Amino acid sequence: MAARTLLDKLWDAHQVIAETPDTPGVMYVDLHLLHEVTSPQAFTELRERGLRVRRPARTLATMDHSTPTLPADASGVLPYVTPAAAAQVQQLRSNCAEFGIELLDMASAQRGIVHVVGPELGATQPGMTIVCGDSHTSTHGAFGALAFGIGTSEVGHVLATQCLLQRKPRAMAVEVRGRLQPGVGAKDLVLHIIGRIGVGGGTGCVIEYRGEAIRALSMEERMTVCNMSIEAGARAGMIAPDATTFTWLQGRPRAPQGAAWERAVASWQTLHSDADARFERSVAIDAGAVRPTLSYGTHPGMVLDIDAHVPAAADAQAQRALDYMGLRAGSALAGTPVDVVFVGSCTNGRLSDLRAAAAVLRGRRVAAGVRMLVVPGSAAVKRAAEQEGLDAVFRAAGAEWREPGCSMCIAMNGDFVAPGQLAVSTSNRNFEGRQGPGARTVLASPASAAAAAVAGCIADPRAYAGDHAGAAEAVA
Amino acid sequence: MKPIRHLHARTVVLAHENIDTDRIIPARYLTTTSRAGLGQHAFQDWRYRSDGTPDPQFALNRPEASGASILVAGRNFGCGSSREHAPWALLDAGIRAVISSEIADIFRSNALKNGLLAITVEAAEHRYLLRHPGLELRIDVVAGLITLPDGGRFAFALDAFARHCLIEGIDPLGFLLHADAAIQRHEEQHAA
Repeated sequence: MAARTLLDKLWDAHQVIAETPDTPGVMYVDLHLLHEVTSPQAFTELRERGLRVRRPARTLATMDHSTPTLPADASGVLPYVTPAAAAQVQQLRSNCAEFGIELLDMASAQRGIVHVVGPELGATQPGMTIVCGDSHTSTHGAFGALAFGIGTSEVGHVLATQCLLQRKPRAMAVEVRGRLQPGVGAKDLVLHIIGRIGVGGGTGCVIEYRGEAIRALSMEERMTVCNMSIEAGARAGMIAPDATTFTWLQGRPRAPQGAAWERAVASWQTLHSDADARFERSVAIDAGAVRPTLSYGTHPGMVLDIDAHVPAAADAQAQRALDYMGLRAGSALAGTPVDVVFVGSCTNGRLSDLRAAAAVLRGRRVAAGVRMLVVPGSAAVKRAAEQEGLDAVFRAAGAEWREPGCSMCIAMNGDFVAPGQLAVSTSNRNFEGRQGPGARTVLASPASAAAAAVAGCIADPRAYAGDHAGAAEAVA
Repeated sequence: MKPIRHLHARTVVLAHENIDTDRIIPARYLTTTSRAGLGQHAFQDWRYRSDGTPDPQFALNRPEASGASILVAGRNFGCGSSREHAPWALLDAGIRAVISSEIADIFRSNALKNGLLAITVEAAEHRYLLRHPGLELRIDVVAGLITLPDGGRFAFALDAFARHCLIEGIDPLGFLLHADAAIQRHEEQHAA
């Protein structure tokens, strides 16, 4: 058999009917994740057409986008931003009950952002096809799954048939050579990659991240990289599973156990691109050249190294972005005053992200006039962080410690950035108005976000490594 | 879905590149459980000033845009989130076709499933359309041709199945439901 890419292998294994020039292929979906925002109209369609859910056990639902991150009041009432948000969550409950779908509800110890929950339960596994009505489904590709976002019509297709109509995307390799420098992380790397290939650079493609620097990433860092594949326009990102993947998954509640685990690992070990497999496009990145990287404009391809200056606008559109952000060409990115800092989201809301932010904040204070919000990605992340005392670090520093959810990343639950304010955010999109009308977003790593909180302005997180508060204050 | 074989309409131009789905329909309007009524919030933060009044500078608010139902947009239209609310909002606001040189994957897929023509043309043709707002275009879905008022023609490619669904008014879910036997076989072969 001809050499195959990881994408080829996953594609072939899930092909129910092959595509032809006239018709797309039928692709089987192993795991369907569901949330409150993009599913109600799909259930309405099922009801209108008298359809049932074909394989309810292959769909897992939770609520994350419209949910409040403040706890219930004394009478147990959750502070939903609007009655519509509460109704939407209630609609998910009744849809799941009616169609027999498992729901990790508000009170569940396993609830959280859908892309944090799937992996931590071990529901996300190598070799699977995973879809969700959410573009950041690409996160799950970190496990060697083919995982991508779909629209609501397609949510209905999966519910009714467990399949999707798909044409095969192109395979694109992003090879990250060498090693990341100390103080530079996965978020810096993926922002750097998007800066290189552009926000439409992956359109029509599935990116396979490869190379020494990718192999050296932890599982959570790999999720951060795959999460933002969609920000380069790619349908999905993926990383071949290896010992890092298997060690992270072993023993998780929904991962195979005992002899089934051994069989699964044996099969997962075949999930890699063959040595002479051909990619339709390849990009090489030098990991050693990556610095702490932040966005400065209004799409995730507009990024700068921490020590860089804002470039002159090449056209009217770039000028509009600078005007929106309140930045002047030629000014240093570091030192830009900050109003809000957000740590959380499916990009950077996992335990290691909170640890990275807490390492900067330990023994330090959030600067006067800066609001910092820390939102764990799931109830499990929240519990683990509290067991380590991270919540105490955040609170002592003056940050708000919240309940899990998407929160200020998408700003539809009442957590938002006020017009004209500048937020350094560990989320994934810096589009105009993404974090609220008129909000200005700078995308950054958890360490960079925490450094900005302490300094009160964009600052190099490497100056805050370790617990040497005195040294950092000298830099700030 | 109603069959769509032709569209004869005027263009309105939003030349910005990378118009994302948050721009098309901001997330704060996504708490709806219906497909209907999103048009009033299409391009909300562009169309309206902070005091809630329409911004007369915004292309879609200008008198000449009234009734224009073909949106010519800058490169990489519809990037960002997978929200199908974006094509629902555009359709509800009276847009029937989007033409660009590049359209984001998920948006295009969502649009075509709802009968919103998502059409990509060559860069030079795209530039021409961007520079000439208000053109009366005839879009022939069957032939894959855009005819200009002066008789000039731009060809566009459309996935064969998407075209078939558009011109016959076929719903892809119906097609997928017919694959039941093959799906059953696949499930039996892959049962753990």
